[in-house]
Amino acid sequence: MSNRPLSPHLSVYAFGYTMTTSILNRFTGVGLSVGLVLLVYWLTAVAAGPIHYARASRCLSSLPARLLYAALVVAFCYHLVAGVRHLVWDTGRGMERPQARRSAWIMGIVSVALMLLLGALLWGKWS
Amino acid sequence: MNANLRSPLGRVLGLGAAHDGVGHWWLQRLSALALIPLSVWFVVSLLSLPVLDHATAVAWMRQGSSALLLALFLLCAVWHSQLGLRVIVEDYVHGKGTRTVTLVALTFAHVLLAAAGLFAILKVAIGAPA
Repeated sequence: MSNRPLSPHLSVYAFGYTMTTSILNRFTGVGLSVGLVLLVYWLTAVAAGPIHYARASRCLSSLPARLLYAALVVAFCYHLVAGVRHLVWDTGRGMERPQARRSAWIMGIVSVALMLLLGALLWGKWS
Repeated sequence: MNANLRSPLGRVLGLGAAHDGVGHWWLQRLSALALIPLSVWFVVSLLSLPVLDHATAVAWMRQGSSALLLALFLLCAVWHSQLGLRVIVEDYVHGKGTRTVTLVALTFAHVLLAAAGLFAILKVAIGAPA
């Protein structure tokens, strides 16, 4: 029984559209969970008062933190658009292979556009 | 002979081998749907704050609507994160003991995130002015 085939067997598949987009959705989801920890840290810093907040914001405006925000912007935009694509799939639409490939391209273009927009807005604001 | 090993009651209940049927799937979609407007609201709100110092953050969180929406955003995001990470662990962590321990730790961590975040929001929103 212990030798049963286990799913998912990633190593036996060639990379394709659906697989790549699906894995990216998971990766960005994990990244956003890390962002959630950051959000709760910020919220507790606000609640702890100005002295603690000043200390926390030194940490939250450090270079590693800023790089993390850039990654979070990328992850958020991708996960948002990919999530909408999944919700459309849940209605039973767009599941054929050509449709899924087309929506993968649309998703890529829309999410990159969102990343650039959000990135530019953040850059202009807090650089 | 009954070729289907599932009992008639089991088929009617439709809960499957994991005993919660489509519950996980449905809650994941529900939280995803809620997170679309909530996360966009959160990002737009943060961007519209002039600066991110303590006084501004407190003033923002003390507005009735933003404390409520922030709490909803936090809870939906924690919920969605727990459901998503759970599936990833179930897919890739194969050892039974390791998997159980990871899932328990993951659940505790998410409950802690939700409680700490909610407590902080409420403290700022309805607590005495600092």
